Amino acid sequence: MRGFIDKKRFKGFLKDGMSIAVGGFLTNGTPEKLIDLVVESNVKNLTIICNDGGYEDKGVGKLIVNNQVKKLIASHIGTNPYVGQLMAENKLEVELVPQGTLAERLRSFGAGLGGVLTPTGLDTIVEIGKKIVEVQGKKYLLEEPLGADMALIGGAIADNYGNLQYSQTMRNFNPVMATAAELVIVEPYRMKEELHPEHIITPYPFVDYILVGEDDE
Amino acid sequence: MMNEKEIIAKRIALELKDGDLVNLGIGIPTLVADYVPAEKKVTFQAENGIIGLGPLTDEDTNIVNAGGVKATILPGGAFIDSLTSFTFIRGGHIDITVLGALEVDQEGSMASWIIPGKKVPGMGGAMDLVTGAKKVIIALTHTNKGKSKILKKCSLPLTASHQANLIVTEMAVMSVEEDGLHLLEIHPDYSIEDVAKATEADLIINNVESMKGI
Repeated sequence: MRGFIDKKRFKGFLKDGMSIAVGGFLTNGTPEKLIDLVVESNVKNLTIICNDGGYEDKGVGKLIVNNQVKKLIASHIGTNPYVGQLMAENKLEVELVPQGTLAERLRSFGAGLGGVLTPTGLDTIVEIGKKIVEVQGKKYLLEEPLGADMALIGGAIADNYGNLQYSQTMRNFNPVMATAAELVIVEPYRMKEELHPEHIITPYPFVDYILVGEDDE
Repeated sequence: MMNEKEIIAKRIALELKDGDLVNLGIGIPTLVADYVPAEKKVTFQAENGIIGLGPLTDEDTNIVNAGGVKATILPGGAFIDSLTSFTFIRGGHIDITVLGALEVDQEGSMASWIIPGKKVPGMGGAMDLVTGAKKVIIALTHTNKGKSKILKKCSLPLTASHQANLIVTEMAVMSVEEDGLHLLEIHPDYSIEDVAKATEADLIINNVESMKGI
């Protein structure tokens, strides 16, 4: 970990056109404060990678409603009607990815792999434009690695070293996203002085910065 | 009297066996858990990251189910990340998945995630579930505004091809076999003719029983 940062410093990392992976599942485990700061910054043309489109007033939905997103890569968008509306108006590009494939594409990137072979999506429109590879007599789709410029991580119990544990179901996509971005920023759900080494899910070298402080501007 | 959804859920609950690891989809499938007797040891998985999903709760907690609703974890349960969750799902470690669908056909193909030009909710975890679970049970009402949802061939974009094993509606229980779609059971309120009329798919009709557990 490089250190603790305040809101102002975080905003300094944000740029138009960047790709951001956001943890959470239907906003459970989503770093809402970090998203609010991205909304305040009003950076545009973002590519957002998230399990879902959140809700209109919660999660990555807030960025979409604020028209900051050019492309959304997600497995499910049914909870945010605004996503469907923008899609229909051709104002938002949406790439729907099966949930397990989304997780493995992120893992591939984070683990330095050239992609993943999965049977999911075979014989459906998901296979269009993808290579089909036969291994041990079975067919698989080649799904390519997916990484981001920045990952926003939530639901974490962080220690002073930057190690992370996650609270209950807030874990979901957070650990894999912490491996798949150039810059990994954590909004801790709670801080702890030191986590037990056997309990750590995301070790500190994956983490760049942890957001701290309330009124520092 | 039970409504259509309750009939479907109650019948499907009989398919869950002691020791099974089960993933229930959103909608009718979620109701299945209500009909599993306490003495039957069934473990529910939620793809957002729970092994041992318990009932819903009003308590303030960070635990949600795959529909984003506040839920509980049972003793012996575990919280897992999305990678581990889909290792369970895709890797063949889930015994049964119960999922809703817009259409299902006699070859076991099903459609559930997109109505082009109208509604695009996305596939979520459904494509991985139907691909990886050992047994796929489709829970759906037999017709939509009089139009059969049990088809010769799905017309909507597929969630998966040839993966459904058992189809349960408020009218009937049907099983997808190599030689086609077998009508196994019918609800006592309906005749075989009623079911055949409400079904676009070709039904193989041999020994039809009354719907179990109803």
